[in-house]
Amino acid sequence: MLQSRMSSNQQYALGSLFGPGRDDMASHTPHAHHLGMKVIETGPGFAVIMLPYRAELIGDPVRKVVFGGAITTLLDHASGLAVACALDVLRAIATVDLRVDYLRAAAPGLDLYARVDCYKVTRNVAFIRGIAYERGPDDPFASCLGTFMLGANLAGSSFERFVRDGAPEGGEEPS
Amino acid sequence: MSDVLDFIPYARFLGVAVDRANGALECVLPFRQEIVGNVMLPAIHGGVIGAFLELTAILRLIDESGTDKVPKPINFAIDYLRSAGPATTRARADIFKLGRRLAVVHVVAWQDDPSRPVASGNGKFLL
Repeated sequence: MLQSRMSSNQQYALGSLFGPGRDDMASHTPHAHHLGMKVIETGPGFAVIMLPYRAELIGDPVRKVVFGGAITTLLDHASGLAVACALDVLRAIATVDLRVDYLRAAAPGLDLYARVDCYKVTRNVAFIRGIAYERGPDDPFASCLGTFMLGANLAGSSFERFVRDGAPEGGEEPS
Repeated sequence: MSDVLDFIPYARFLGVAVDRANGALECVLPFRQEIVGNVMLPAIHGGVIGAFLELTAILRLIDESGTDKVPKPINFAIDYLRSAGPATTRARADIFKLGRRLAVVHVVAWQDDPSRPVASGNGKFLL
């Protein structure tokens, strides 16, 4: 798949927050938690996330195929994480647009994976490309292209503490 | 149309309902905690908004063509215009082309004010 331009030894701000073995990005997001998403792998400028197959995700009951929108959710989530893993300081990230191509139907009954690469970061914008697959990345059932706006530096903010330490007591406001 | 919603497990999962009170078919996504993507704002998960737009396009196509076959998406592009807060989201779809095999559908979603959309979508479907 598309190789990230980030060198493997580049420091990236969220490595300690979202790196291998940390499930925070999925488990701290209610919807990702609700769907049972898991972070499989992260690295400089890329992320791999898994969405477990379940009957509630079906969009076409005749073909037992997962609804396209559920695949959008998986790719959107992996995209945000890939962008986070491409930044050298923690910043606010907002999706501007996302286009998903449905290359074929996903095989029923199998867990779904998404790998997204953030291949360019400018001062204000990050660009991503990604694929979704159930058996292997060489046979994707969907691909995507997206753009993200980068906002305020959040290093040391309540958001970073939230990500690092868990939900604040009593709903602290983002700084 | 509620039959179709019952027929699509993912529509039930999101809790989407259909409303024709304003003349055209509108889809309604009630807010609940499970669809939050950002707890700090808080905001509905972008993927849920995308899925809701796509579902609205599909329901409109089924409604228009009178088929019981679910149209197959070829691709779907979403523009995120504003953060979607903890409130009910509504969406309306316009069919720009309805051919024998291909349909092109534009969808707009909003919360309090239809003139301040939270997201728009553009989908191509195989019929």
